[in-house]
Amino acid sequence: MNALSVQGLTKTYRNGVQALRGVDLEVERGDFFALLGPNGAGKTTLIGIITSLVNKTAGVARVFGHNIDTDLEAAKACIGIVPQELNFNMFESPYTIMVNQAGFYGVPRPLARQRAEQYLKQLQLWDKRNGISRGLSGGMKRRLMIARALMHEPRLLILDEPTAGVDIEIRRSMWDFLREINARGTTIILTTHYLEEAETLCRNIAIISGGRIVERDRMSSLLRRLHVQTFVLNVRETLAAAPSLPGYAVALIDDHTLEVEVSNDENLNDIFARLSALGIGVLSMRNKVNRLEEIFMQLVEGRGTPGEGPRAAAAPPAAAGIGVDVP
Amino acid sequence: MSSIALPDAPPVRLNVVRWIGFKTIVIREYGRIIRIWGQTIVPSAVTAVLYFAIFGSLIGRRVGAMDGIDYKQYIAPGLIMMSVITNSYGNVVASFFGAKFGKHIEELLVSPLPNWVIVAGYATGGVVRGLLVGATVTVVSLVFTHLPVHHLWVVLAALLLTSVTFALGGFLNALFAKNFDQVNWIPSFVLTPLTYFGGVFYSVSLLPGWARQLSYVNPILYMVNAFRFGFLGVSDVEVGSAFALMLAAAIVLFSTAVGLMNRGTGIRE
Repeated sequence: MNALSVQGLTKTYRNGVQALRGVDLEVERGDFFALLGPNGAGKTTLIGIITSLVNKTAGVARVFGHNIDTDLEAAKACIGIVPQELNFNMFESPYTIMVNQAGFYGVPRPLARQRAEQYLKQLQLWDKRNGISRGLSGGMKRRLMIARALMHEPRLLILDEPTAGVDIEIRRSMWDFLREINARGTTIILTTHYLEEAETLCRNIAIISGGRIVERDRMSSLLRRLHVQTFVLNVRETLAAAPSLPGYAVALIDDHTLEVEVSNDENLNDIFARLSALGIGVLSMRNKVNRLEEIFMQLVEGRGTPGEGPRAAAAPPAAAGIGVDVP
Repeated sequence: MSSIALPDAPPVRLNVVRWIGFKTIVIREYGRIIRIWGQTIVPSAVTAVLYFAIFGSLIGRRVGAMDGIDYKQYIAPGLIMMSVITNSYGNVVASFFGAKFGKHIEELLVSPLPNWVIVAGYATGGVVRGLLVGATVTVVSLVFTHLPVHHLWVVLAALLLTSVTFALGGFLNALFAKNFDQVNWIPSFVLTPLTYFGGVFYSVSLLPGWARQLSYVNPILYMVNAFRFGFLGVSDVEVGSAFALMLAAAIVLFSTAVGLMNRGTGIRE
């Protein structure tokens, strides 16, 4: 049984805007799944329908087999949601917000108090438990939203831009926490504009654009489709011009930095060997552009995946075994 | 369906989830009332003191008796009922619209609680405030006048039904309201005039025929008089009709509120 199963989901708002145009999507149980798309692509509408905040126009959605049309209470009991916008009562304390949230899901108060302590401590909010939530910093408010969503121990956790506006240190600690939650068996669906976040955390990915799923694959398979990557090399020697490496496009950025374009089927050892033969030592290396960002931009701009022609995205991902809806 | 089957967990009984959810909404509302007691409890007590001082003691001395009852004693049940109406309505409209405005209503909308539990929870919150304020104004009344109780159950039933009715009215107002102006519109331009013309300060027998007939279409007249009957044993309306009206109003308003919630009016795209 999949954690989420969506078929033919459409949504047309009263003003005529078609936010979803027949979305089909399956998310396996236990997955850490990325749902990416540009602003206005339909991500939040899709999440809104699954969590019953938005009425759908047509289609079917099931959460752990519970149809949201016929078995809504059970479907909702499985879901924990961290929405994009802050939506807790700013005049209540974090502790009160947590305990009440558990109550809305039928968790008895003594157990709710235990869990509130556990999650507030885990997310470093325990010291702030009795203050007014409005006084929390941006990062603390985001962590409170995550802690609140876990109070009824949901089977499916949906995170809509959970780390927006959060500094790097806190973001990374939140990543560790989410990995731990996922390892304990909670299925996680993540939408984010930080593509590095999706690449680091998620095993499977769907990209939504213009109200349709334009790609659905394993993260590793998708990243392998990028045929050319640009590496930035920091070198020890001071260079006056870019060294000549036949077969590679090399550019000198400054006197200690080179940019080299490398195909996925080429061996990086070869580049190091050639540079070494020229007396150039490489101190460090990094990707110039985030790989997922590169693929994402090409997909949402309708250019297909590099090296595989414009129909590449249409190929059903064999590993995931799920059909792809291509516009 | 009497239970929810969750993956890797024992089934959860639906009635237990609903009961705990309902209690949580009521506890949260009670917490809000107590947290801002200066806005929720005190103003009605101050207003009651002013009414008793000015209308009861100063003007009331010249008015004399109303329906054979001392004027201060006559207006006491009406003033208590007026505070119950205003506060039951005001609590729900402010709390539910505030939750919509601050988006924390989503906490409830994404939860497994059915809409009728959410409506019942908020309405009960309104009733709790109505009763707390009603009790406070009763204490104030006892400072100024003696208040006998002729029919205790009539007093309690009228208090409860009126409170439920206006709490549900406040819920409907909050559902439709799109801004704070619309939250204040009904209390200012509908509720207050109806309350003042609802027999709080006078008996409709004093009115000319047409005005008396017009008063009989005012539902608040029935509520105030049923309540007054419980205390003083006098009423301008037939008490059985008053209770039938209150019961019908509560049922219709509750059904409407749940129906609108199910449709998503004012809360869903």
